[in-house]
Amino acid sequence: MATAPATADLAFAKKRRLGEGGIKAVLFVCALLSIFTTAGIILVLARESWTFFREIPLPDFLFGTRWTPLLVPRSYGVLPLLGGTAMIVIGSALVAVPVGLASAIYLSEYASERVRGIVKPILEILAGVPTVVYGYFALTSVTPLLRAVIPATNIFNAASAAVVVGIMILPTVASLCDDALRAVPRSLREAGFALGATRHEVATQVVVPGALSGIIASFILAASRAFGETMAVTLAAGATPKLTLNPLESIQTITAYIVQVSLGDTPAGGVEYKTIFAVGALLFVITLGMNVVANRVLRRYQEVYE
Amino acid sequence: MRKILLAGLLIPALALGGAGCSGQKDEGESGSQLSGVVHIDGSSTVFPITEAVGEEFQMQHRGVRVTVGISGTGGGFKKFCPGETDINDASRPIKEKEVRLAAEHGLDFVEIPVAFDGISVVVNPGNDWVDHLTVAELHKIWMPDSPVKTWRDVRPEWPDREIKLYGPDVDSGTFDYFTEAVNGESQVSRPDYTASADDNVLVTGVSGDRDALGYFGFAYYAENMDRLKVVPIDGGGGPVVPSQTSINNGTYAPLSRPLFIYVSTKSGLRPEVREFVKFYLQNAPTLAAEVGYVGLPERAYELGWQRFESGKTGSIFNTDKARSGLSIVELLGL
Repeated sequence: MATAPATADLAFAKKRRLGEGGIKAVLFVCALLSIFTTAGIILVLARESWTFFREIPLPDFLFGTRWTPLLVPRSYGVLPLLGGTAMIVIGSALVAVPVGLASAIYLSEYASERVRGIVKPILEILAGVPTVVYGYFALTSVTPLLRAVIPATNIFNAASAAVVVGIMILPTVASLCDDALRAVPRSLREAGFALGATRHEVATQVVVPGALSGIIASFILAASRAFGETMAVTLAAGATPKLTLNPLESIQTITAYIVQVSLGDTPAGGVEYKTIFAVGALLFVITLGMNVVANRVLRRYQEVYE
Repeated sequence: MRKILLAGLLIPALALGGAGCSGQKDEGESGSQLSGVVHIDGSSTVFPITEAVGEEFQMQHRGVRVTVGISGTGGGFKKFCPGETDINDASRPIKEKEVRLAAEHGLDFVEIPVAFDGISVVVNPGNDWVDHLTVAELHKIWMPDSPVKTWRDVRPEWPDREIKLYGPDVDSGTFDYFTEAVNGESQVSRPDYTASADDNVLVTGVSGDRDALGYFGFAYYAENMDRLKVVPIDGGGGPVVPSQTSINNGTYAPLSRPLFIYVSTKSGLRPEVREFVKFYLQNAPTLAAEVGYVGLPERAYELGWQRFESGKTGSIFNTDKARSGLSIVELLGL
C-alpha cells in the first residue's frame, strides 16, 4: 500500500527535477551569452588592432601628435584624439562632480521626504534624455550662448559639449553619491549632533568621509561614461583633431572620429579603416581600466558598518 | 500562455507581411500615373539643384516620392555602387576605386553633367583687408604643415590676426576638387580647420567670425550674400569674382567645375526614374540658375539625355581627356 504512492511520488519528483534542470540550463545559457558577447567583442578588437599595429608601430600611434589618417600625408598619432576626449571628460567632471555631490548631500542630509520624492524622479528623467538630444541642445542653445558671451568661441567647441555631457552624467553622480551617503548609519550622524556639531559640519566632516569610497567610485564611473560619450560630442565638439588647451576651439574625440569614419566613404580593409579598431581598442582599455580602479577603490576604502 | 505565444508570433508576422505588401507597390506601374520612390544621395553641393528638381517633379507626379540625401559625394558613391541608391549627386567625377566598386557589384552607370559650379572662397564681411587671393596664396594657406597661422603670414601688409579656417570634410566632393585644384592632389590639406559636411554650418561659422576664411559651392554663397564677402581668385589671369558669367565662360579658374548626376542603368529601366532624369535635364538650366549655379549649354543637356537613352555607360570625366581642355559639349560628343 505504501509503495504505490511512493513510486508515483518518485516519478513526479523526477519530472519536476528534469523540468528544473531544463530551466536551469536555459538560464545558464543566457548568462553565458553575455560572456560570449564580451569575448567576441574583445576578439574582434584585438584581431583588427593586431593587423593595424603590424603596419603602424605602437609608439608612433601612442605618442604621435598628428592625427591625419584620412588626409594626405597620413599620420597616425592618437594624442590629439586622446586630448580631445580628455578635455570633454575633465570639463564634464568640473560640471557634474561639484553639482552632483552637492545635490546628493542636500538630498540625503537636508531634504524632507517630500522634496526627495520630487527631486529624485526629476534627476532620473534627466538621465533618461537621449544623448543625441543633448548634442542638439548643445549646438542650438549652449553654443550660441557661449558665442554671445565670448565672441571668440568657435561654432564647434569643446566647452559646449563638456557642459552638456556634464549635465548628462550629473544624475549618475548624484544618485550614486546619494546611495553612498545614505549607507552611512544614523548613529554616526547622531553622535556628531550629540557633540554639538552643526548640520553642515556633520554632513561634510562626518558623513562624506564615511561615504568616501562610494563617492569616489561614482566619480570614476561617471567619468568612464563621459569617456565613451558619442552623440553629444559628435554633434557639438567638432571634427578637427588637434592638441589644444583652449576649450573654445573645435576638437575631435575618439568616439566622434569612429562615427566619422564609419559613416564616411573610407573603404573597408585599408589601414585608414583599421584605425577605428585601434582607437576603439584604446577606448575599451581605458574604460575597462577605469572600472577596475573604481571597483578597487570601492572595496579598499569601504567602511564596514555593523 | 498559449495565447501569448500565438499573439507573439502573429503580430510580427502580420507586420512583416504588411510591410512586404506595401513594398510591392514601390515597383513602378507605367501609365499616366507614375508611382514609386527614387532614391538619391551624394553631394551637398549638387543637393540644392536635385532637391529643387525633385520638388517640382513630385508636384507633377504625385505618386512618386523623391528622397535626396547629403552623405557627400564619396559617401553617396559608397551607397550607389552596391546599388542601394538610384542616382548619385556628385561634385566631382567618379574615382577609379568607385568605378571598380561598381564593377564588383555588377552596376553600370551613366554619367551626366548637369550644371557648373564655382567653388567660392569667402570671408567675413567685417574683413576689410582681403581684396583678392592668388592660387599660390590659397595653396600656402591650405597645404599640409602650412606655415600660415595669421593673416600676416599670407601677405605682410595684412593684420597680425589669427586666421580661422572653415571647409568641407574629407567625404565631400568639394573638398576633393578644391584640394586637387589648390594643392595639386586630392585629399592633400592641412588638418586644423573646422570641418563640416553641412555647408550651412560653414556659412554660419564664417559669417560669425571676423578672421574666418572658408570655401564651399557657389550656391551657398549666392544664398547668403548679405552675410558673406566673396574673395576674387587670381588663377593667372587677374582676380575674378565668381558669378554666373565668369563660371560659365571659364574665366573663374581653377575653381570652376561641372556638377554631375550618376544614374544606375538598372534603375534607369524603371519608368519613374527615367521620367525623373528626363525632367531633370529639361529643367536643370532654369533651376540651377535659381539655386545659384550655372546651367550648361543647351547642347550639353541634349547630349546628356542621348547618353542616358542609349545607355552609354562609364565615365569620360575621370579620364585624361577631361583635362585636355575640351569643353563639356565636346567631351559628351565623344
